[in-house]
Amino acid sequence: MTFKNLYDEPSKSLLLDFLNKPSSAADFNNQHWTLLIRTAKACKLLAHVAWVIDQHNLNSILPEKVKNQFIAALKIAEFRQRQTLWEINRLRRALKSFDATVIVLKGGAYLLLKLPFAKGRLLSDVDIMVKKANINNIEQMLLEQLWESQKVDEYDQHYYRQWMHEIPPLSHPLRAVEVDIHHTIIPPTSKFKPDPNLLFTDAIKVDDINFKVLSPCDMVLHSAVHLFSDSDLGNKLRDLVDLDQLFRHFVSQNTNFQNHLFKRARELGLQRPLYYTFKFTHQFLGTPLTISKQEISSISPPFPVSWLMNTLVPLALLPENPNHHRQSVRFARWLLYIRSHYLRMPLRLLLPHLARKSLMRIKADED
Amino acid sequence: MKIAHLTLKELIDTASSSSGINVDVGPFAFNLRSKEKTFLSTFRDLYIDFPVVPSDEVVDFYIELNSPNNLRKYFGPQVNVTLDGEQPFQPFAITHGMPLFEWGLNWCIARQGQHLFMLHSAVLERNGKALILPAVPGSGKSTLCSAIAQRGWRFLSDEFCMIRPSDGQILPIPRPTPLKNESIEVIKDFSPDAFIGPLFPKTRKGTIGHLRAPSDSVASMKKTATPALIVFPRYESGSTINLKPLNKSYAFLKLTTNSFNYHFQGQTGFDLVCKMISECDTYDLVYSNLNEAIACINQINDDL
Repeated sequence: MTFKNLYDEPSKSLLLDFLNKPSSAADFNNQHWTLLIRTAKACKLLAHVAWVIDQHNLNSILPEKVKNQFIAALKIAEFRQRQTLWEINRLRRALKSFDATVIVLKGGAYLLLKLPFAKGRLLSDVDIMVKKANINNIEQMLLEQLWESQKVDEYDQHYYRQWMHEIPPLSHPLRAVEVDIHHTIIPPTSKFKPDPNLLFTDAIKVDDINFKVLSPCDMVLHSAVHLFSDSDLGNKLRDLVDLDQLFRHFVSQNTNFQNHLFKRARELGLQRPLYYTFKFTHQFLGTPLTISKQEISSISPPFPVSWLMNTLVPLALLPENPNHHRQSVRFARWLLYIRSHYLRMPLRLLLPHLARKSLMRIKADED
Repeated sequence: MKIAHLTLKELIDTASSSSGINVDVGPFAFNLRSKEKTFLSTFRDLYIDFPVVPSDEVVDFYIELNSPNNLRKYFGPQVNVTLDGEQPFQPFAITHGMPLFEWGLNWCIARQGQHLFMLHSAVLERNGKALILPAVPGSGKSTLCSAIAQRGWRFLSDEFCMIRPSDGQILPIPRPTPLKNESIEVIKDFSPDAFIGPLFPKTRKGTIGHLRAPSDSVASMKKTATPALIVFPRYESGSTINLKPLNKSYAFLKLTTNSFNYHFQGQTGFDLVCKMISECDTYDLVYSNLNEAIACINQINDDL
């Protein structure tokens, strides 16, 4: 089939095909490269694509312009990585006398562990976690050392502290990197309630640093719960790529990894996000499964939910063809956006919050 | 093929089609889609000598400039720029499509052109030696650069000095120069033949008129240049001309703060600035008269 027929189909994704089989790039023509780059840019995966190309020694086949765009994308990713590591360095200095555990989450943790795919990952904020009992203390220490709170509005301050799994973000005026301080991995109002103490017990040390990171299982579960329970899933292929890469890395180190993960998800009550992770990483990115289909179906949601998610997630999560925007995608994203709010807090909290936010927005517009 | 080979009607037809038109500006090529006839007419005048790239080539940026589809089209119509699917700017009045497009393209370059080292400087070249004029507020960089370009120098760029990290060569990007306020009259007087597009009043930089790049500059835009002179200009009304060699360590600091992406480049940026200040002569120049400034710059260029 020619390029035109194949990739003019809105449901066909060249980016997905490439991620599943990077060597196919050897046969790409200019139209393929253009579509690959445009799609990857739209879901913030250009640096990842550049890293994959590099891993597969495909740099020599790149047209000049493609090569330059990949170099540029990796430069941007590297810069953000330097910024993140420097902010972690500054936090370590500022928290020398803080005598409780600090856990670095997400991208910062992947960097500290030197996970290979971290090289092509675009970072934004630094996320750390401390026990709830220590959160005022750590905030105070950072404020005293010139970090500033980013939310000055009283209602926002109250909202974060009352309902969220993190306090309002801080940042240092000289560096302007946002630092999010969590006390657990998902808003306490959500229907999932993993016990943060278990996460702290299993956390591991990295090199000689006094900060820790989550254990491999918890790292995957955090990423899973973040994508499937705390986000609207719209255009979030990059989060699925994270999960795929974490799987591949940890399975390569321990062939029993997915069995451990299965057990750990039960302990933390996070079977549902884990089910979606297994299902969709395997379906879209060909992530190898080392546990049985039966085990996976044992944690599957009941029929109407599974059918709905199987229909909506592919539409919402995968990047659109930049030449074709579809109504069905907009609708699926809208439904999953509603779902994310519904999962995040019960309606009796959500509705007053949304009403209040809308009023404040209208007022701000009038001012 | 050049833009000049398309009639205005052909340009409008191509740009408003679903595949748009691809244009090469030197180190970058962009795809433009627009149905705005006034904008396209100005665009054609200002980019007339630039090459059109075949539609199946890879380009760097996808730019769309169109009216938002809302009620505003009936009162105070506006125009929006979409850059690789993002809309980082507020809409402008429909008349101001050209400055919006130029800022949009600048935004794409400054954000995504990280494979090159970028200075916020004008660049010209004479006898194979490139002159870099870094922009400092009040420097009169665009005016001075436009004037020099009318006096036998090859114009390389008004806004971006693009340096290739592998060999330190400058890649020309001879786009139109946005002249601001009084500069427009100054350049009209200085060079009555120069082509300046329509004036756009009340932008955030005052009134803007775009000076078209000389045809020769565009024709030779793939020819790189070697940095040789770095001159920090400062316009001071009524001053007598004053050229002073600039201490290299100070030039280093001034150049790094003039860069769009020094912090992105890490070690590469440091090494490139070191190479540039050691290989170039560096000066501070205070001037009030363009002819005197040009004579002075010609002199140090001849002496190299």
